[in-house]
Amino acid sequence: MDKFSVFSSRLVDKSENFTSGHRACQGCAEALAVRHVMKALGRDTIVAMATGCMEIISSPLPLTSWKVPWIHNAFENPSAVISRCESGMKAMMRKGKIPQKKINFVAMGGDGATADIGMGPLSGALERGHDMVYVCYDNEAYMNTGVQRSSSTPWGASTMTTPGASWKRTQKKNIVEIMAAHRIPYTATANIAFPEDLERKLRKARSIRSGLRFIHLFASCPTGWGFAPADAIKISRMAVLSRAFPLYEVEEGERYTINSGGDAPVYDYLRMQNRFRRLSDGDIAMIQEHVNREWERLNRKARG
Amino acid sequence: MAKPMEKITWQELEAGSVVTEIGNARQYETGSWRSERPVVEARQCIKCGVCWLFCPDSCIVKAPDGHFEADLTYCKGCGICAKECPVGCITMISEEG
Amino acid sequence: MATQRKGIEVSIAMADAVAQANVDVIAAYPITPQTHIVEHLSEIVANGELDAEYVPVESEHSAMSVCCGSSAVGARTFTSTSSQGLALMAEIFYIAASMRLPMVMALANRSLSGPLSIWNDHTDTMMVRDAGWIHIFVENGQECYDNVFCGFRISEDPDIMLPLAINLDGFILTHMIEPVIYEDNETIRKYLPDVRMKNALHPDNPVSMGCFAMPEIYTEAQMSREHGVRNSYPTIVKAWQEWGDLTGRYYKPVETYRADDADYCIVTMGSYGETAMEVVDALREEGEKVGVVKIRLWRPFPFDDFRKAVLGKKSLIVIDRAISFGGPGGPVATELRSALYGKPGAPTIVNYVAGLAGRDVSRNDFKNIILEGKAKAEKGETDGFTLYGLRG
Repeated sequence: MDKFSVFSSRLVDKSENFTSGHRACQGCAEALAVRHVMKALGRDTIVAMATGCMEIISSPLPLTSWKVPWIHNAFENPSAVISRCESGMKAMMRKGKIPQKKINFVAMGGDGATADIGMGPLSGALERGHDMVYVCYDNEAYMNTGVQRSSSTPWGASTMTTPGASWKRTQKKNIVEIMAAHRIPYTATANIAFPEDLERKLRKARSIRSGLRFIHLFASCPTGWGFAPADAIKISRMAVLSRAFPLYEVEEGERYTINSGGDAPVYDYLRMQNRFRRLSDGDIAMIQEHVNREWERLNRKARG
Repeated sequence: MAKPMEKITWQELEAGSVVTEIGNARQYETGSWRSERPVVEARQCIKCGVCWLFCPDSCIVKAPDGHFEADLTYCKGCGICAKECPVGCITMISEEG
Repeated sequence: MATQRKGIEVSIAMADAVAQANVDVIAAYPITPQTHIVEHLSEIVANGELDAEYVPVESEHSAMSVCCGSSAVGARTFTSTSSQGLALMAEIFYIAASMRLPMVMALANRSLSGPLSIWNDHTDTMMVRDAGWIHIFVENGQECYDNVFCGFRISEDPDIMLPLAINLDGFILTHMIEPVIYEDNETIRKYLPDVRMKNALHPDNPVSMGCFAMPEIYTEAQMSREHGVRNSYPTIVKAWQEWGDLTGRYYKPVETYRADDADYCIVTMGSYGETAMEVVDALREEGEKVGVVKIRLWRPFPFDDFRKAVLGKKSLIVIDRAISFGGPGGPVATELRSALYGKPGAPTIVNYVAGLAGRDVSRNDFKNIILEGKAKAEKGETDGFTLYGLRG
C-alpha cells in the first residue's frame, strides 16, 4: 500500500452512480469518497443517508445526483432506516410480494451522524445483525452547520465551538473500536487518497452477506480544516502516511490486519492545516507521542 | 429535464416530493463557480487517469486520443487534478487571463 | 362469510387484526400501555402464524425510523407507541408524513411527563396533531379491531399514501376485555388487497426520497402535503362505507347520538363517547334535551360533518383530555370554536378538561359536567376552560 500505482485507475469502474452537478465545495474529498463508494457498490444498492453535507449537496429539490434508490430521512437514523429497508424487502421477497433480488443495503453518515447523534440507532442495528453496510465519512467535525467540533474531532483542532486557542482538548473517539466491540463481521478504515484500497474494502464489505459491515472513511475538508482545495488528496494521504489515520481491517471484532505504513512526522501533516495553527511544537510533540502509542497498540492487536 | 425550483407548481410535485428523474443534477452546471481552469498539456499526458480518479466532480473525460481533460461544464476549478498528476502536465490558469 | 365473536383483551384483538392484515414489518419498543399489542404480535410471529419481520428496536425514535425504511420499500408496516415514546418519535413522525410513507400506528394514548404518569389522556397525540398524519379516534374494542383494516386500506391507497394513527385510550381500551367480532381472512383479503406502492425504493426503479427544499420550493412541497391530507377525506369515508357493507359495522367522521332534536350536546373523542351516551340516556329521561357528538376523524378535520351536526344547537359542552398551557383552552374545543367562528347558528362552547392522566370520570361526573356546562352556557360563561374536579 505504500506505493500508489498511477495506472490503477484503469481497474476502477467507469460508471458514475453519483453524478456531476452536486454542490459540494471545491475540492471536497467527501464528495469524491461518495463517488468511489458508489462505484464499488454498483447499481443494485439502496442508500439511506444521514442529514449532512453529502445529503444537502446532492438533493436540492427537484434535482438529485443519485442514480441508485436513495432515501434521506433524518440526521441520526440512516442505520435504522436502511435496516428495515432490508427487512421489509426480505419479508416481501419471502412472501412472494416482489421477485427475489440481491440488493446492497447501505447507510451513510458523517462523523457527527455516526459517532455522536446516531450512535444509539447504529448500535441497535449492529446488535440486531442486519445485512447492511455502514459508511461513515469522517471529516472530523460538523461541517454542514459550519464546522463545529464532534466527538471525532482530534485533539488540537480548532473549530467554531473549540475556537482559536481553546482548541479541542479531548481525543478523537475511536469509532472503529466501538464497532469492533460489537463483534461485527467486518470493520475497516479507508482513506480517499487510497481509492483502490477503499474500493477493495467496499467490495469485501459487499460480499459478506450477513451482519453489519462498517467502513470508516477518512476524507479531508478544505473548508473546515483550512487548506487549499487542490491539497485535499495530499492532506488525506498524509493522514495515513503519518499514522494519524492508519488503514486497517478488523474481522469478527478480533483479527486485525494493518494495510498502511509510512513514518512521516505528524508535524508535516498538521502544519498543512489551518485548524492546527495554534499548536506549539510542544503540543505537536504530544500528538506525535499519542500517534506512536496508538500505532503500537494497533500493531499489538495485529500481532494477535 | 426538471424545471427550475422556482417555477415548479405544487401540483407538479410527486407525492412526498419524490424525485423520479435520477441523476438529473447534471443539469446544474457547476462550471460557473470556477475561477481557475485546468489546462492539459496533451503531449505530456501518460493517460494514467489519476486526474479522473481524484476528481470530486466526476468531470474528467477521456479525449478521443486517450488523454484526459476536464469537462468545463462541471469543473469547479479545485485544482486537485493539477496537484495529483504524476507527470505535472496539468496547469491551472486563471479564468480572467 | 364466517365471523367469530370473542371475549378478548382489546390489545390482543388489535394484534390479531394486524396479523390478519398480513403486515410485513412490525417495529416495537416497550412502553406502557401499548405493550400488550406488540407482545402479542411477537408471539404470533414466533408461532409462525404471521410471516413478518418483527424488529425489536433500541428506541422509539428508531421504531419510527425503521417504519420509514420498511414503508419506503413498499412493505406493509405497523407500529405502536404511547406518550414518551411518541415524544421521542416526534421528529420522524413528521418526516414520515412529509415523505408520504404509508403505515398504521396504534397510538395508545397516555399522558406526557412530567410528572411521570403512565395513565390515559390525550396529551401525547395532541403534540403531533399538526404532523400531517391521518388521526382516527376509536371508542371500543371492536372499533380498534375494525380500524386496523380500514387504516391500512386508507393509508396505502395510491391517492393517499399517508401514515395513519389509530388513537385508543390507554388502559381504558388497551387493557379492557370486551366482546369483539373477528372477520375471516377471506373477507380481510377482499377488503385489503396487497398494493405495490408507486415509487417504492428498488434498484429496478431508482428514485430519490427525502430531498431537501430551498425556500423557493418548500411552500409547494407543503401544499402538496396539505392537499394529500385534506384530500384523503373522501377515501376515508369510502373505506369505512365499504367496510360497513362487508361487515355491517359502519363508521363516520362525526357520529351523533340523540343529537337531532337536542338543544345542547356533549362533544367527546375516544372512549368517553360510550359513557356520554349512557348519561345522555339518563338525562333524556329527566327531560334534558341533550345529545352526543363524537369526533372520530380528527385529521383531516371533518368540518362539514361537524358543522352539519351542530349548527342550530344552543351550546356544546366539549370535553378535552389535554391542556394547551397558557392557551385558549383544550385543543379540541379550540378547534371546534375555530370551525364554528362566524357561522350562522353556531352554538356557544363550554370547555372542560377532564380525566387527565386517567383520573376517573364517572357517569356522575359526566352528568355534572353536562348540567354545569349547560348552566354556564346559559349565563354566557363560555371563555377559556374549566379543569373538572380540580382541588383548591
